[in-house]
Amino acid sequence: MPAEKALSVTQLNEYVKMLLDKNPVLAGVWVKGEVSNLSIQVSGHLFFSVKDEKSRVAAVMFRSDAAKLKFRPENGMKVLLKGRPSVFPRDGVYQIYVTALEPDGVGALYIAYEQLRKRLEQEGLFDERMKKPLPKIPTSVGVITSPTGAAVRDIINVTGRRFPYAGIVLFPSQVQGDGAEADLIEGIRCFNRLRNVDVIIIGRGGGSIEDLWAFNSEALAREIRRSQIPVISAVGHETDFTICDFAADRRAPTPSAGAELAVPDSAELKRKLGNVTARMQLLLSKELIRGRDRLKLLSQSRVLTDPAAYLRDRRMLLLSFSKDMEHGFSAAVSDKKNRYLRLSSVLEAVSPLKILAKGYSAVFGEDGKLIRSVGEIGIGDEVSFRMADGIAGAKITSVTEKAGRGEEK
Amino acid sequence: MSVTEEKKLSFEEALTRLEEIVRLLEKGEVPLDDSLTLFEEGVKLVKLCGTRLDEAEQKITMLVKKGEGEYESEPFTENRTKRTADQ
Repeated sequence: MPAEKALSVTQLNEYVKMLLDKNPVLAGVWVKGEVSNLSIQVSGHLFFSVKDEKSRVAAVMFRSDAAKLKFRPENGMKVLLKGRPSVFPRDGVYQIYVTALEPDGVGALYIAYEQLRKRLEQEGLFDERMKKPLPKIPTSVGVITSPTGAAVRDIINVTGRRFPYAGIVLFPSQVQGDGAEADLIEGIRCFNRLRNVDVIIIGRGGGSIEDLWAFNSEALAREIRRSQIPVISAVGHETDFTICDFAADRRAPTPSAGAELAVPDSAELKRKLGNVTARMQLLLSKELIRGRDRLKLLSQSRVLTDPAAYLRDRRMLLLSFSKDMEHGFSAAVSDKKNRYLRLSSVLEAVSPLKILAKGYSAVFGEDGKLIRSVGEIGIGDEVSFRMADGIAGAKITSVTEKAGRGEEK
Repeated sequence: MSVTEEKKLSFEEALTRLEEIVRLLEKGEVPLDDSLTLFEEGVKLVKLCGTRLDEAEQKITMLVKKGEGEYESEPFTENRTKRTADQ
């Protein structure tokens, strides 16, 4: 083969690239396979392989396209992708330049919803312990929904029928499309700022997962958890679950059910009020019966049935008292008498008169002082003798001191 | 409790007081005279609550934006809803 007919490598790669690029079948072809070797660049580009049982092909999704993804691709995920196969001339390899990517089987939004739900659940944002109880008797109910939708009508009808006492404050909000998420968040913030409602219902009527998408917002979920006012989520139908449902303090299957959760039933309340009256009457009649029983008991007491007996009793008591008193008095008198007798005999025993009666006499000097010693008198002194029955005067004629005790005078 | 005081009571406050009255009566420690007074007050509160429920006319308002973060309440009616929807 002549050398001049040979292609350079670059020419070959460029030619193959041109063939692929111009092929109408390959332009915007859809490919299905499984994601592997996924690498998400800091720049936002995605590099990965798409494979089936036998083969694989390299794929790249640039940031401008990747940014539009509603879900986050993962290794092993079955996907449908739309792209343009082309050659990277420098390396001589071909790869698919992906412009759209969606999960094969379940929808992209569903995957995105599941991923967000799992993440927030793991974070503890849906923890039941953080949920606030709903007020028993709200005075005012805040409603965040479209002012023209079926939901607002349902909520007004149900609350009006059940409990017209509670007012409704509507925060008009878009519930789908651009701006819906921001509106819903502002609604929660607004009620928390104004503090003019006791409970908030946030919701809308049924729709497709795309219609309900604003209620799957992470920012909305966080705003609901921040709310100081309890929030009831009432989005779509029974079978629709949204992130908003999980984050709210209570989930209601429908807007009407949300209204039922928000307000009590007047009829039920009135029945309970009736019960309260009956209960109070019962308690009061018990009180009266108890009072009557006490009265009966008292009226049966002897004092009231036989007043004469009462007087008799008192008289008996009085008598027994006076007897006691008499007894006590005579006892006291005889006691005194005994003491007197005892004391007077003691007195008698020690009386000097008694000694004189025995034959002794006492000698007194001229000054009337008792003379106890011969030293106190001299010869010629006048003294007096005191005897039991009288006094005799005498003159001392001699004084003799006892031997050993002094000289004789 | 005077009538003016009752007027000031919210529905919830009236219910709370009613619960308290029943609790006091249940305890049975209140002298009979006071029990009668409590009972009378209770019956009045029941009547008050009932009247409130019967006479309540639901007030529906809509917040209308009047500037950044500023809202005003305006009456909201079904007619208005329809008109807004038609526009």
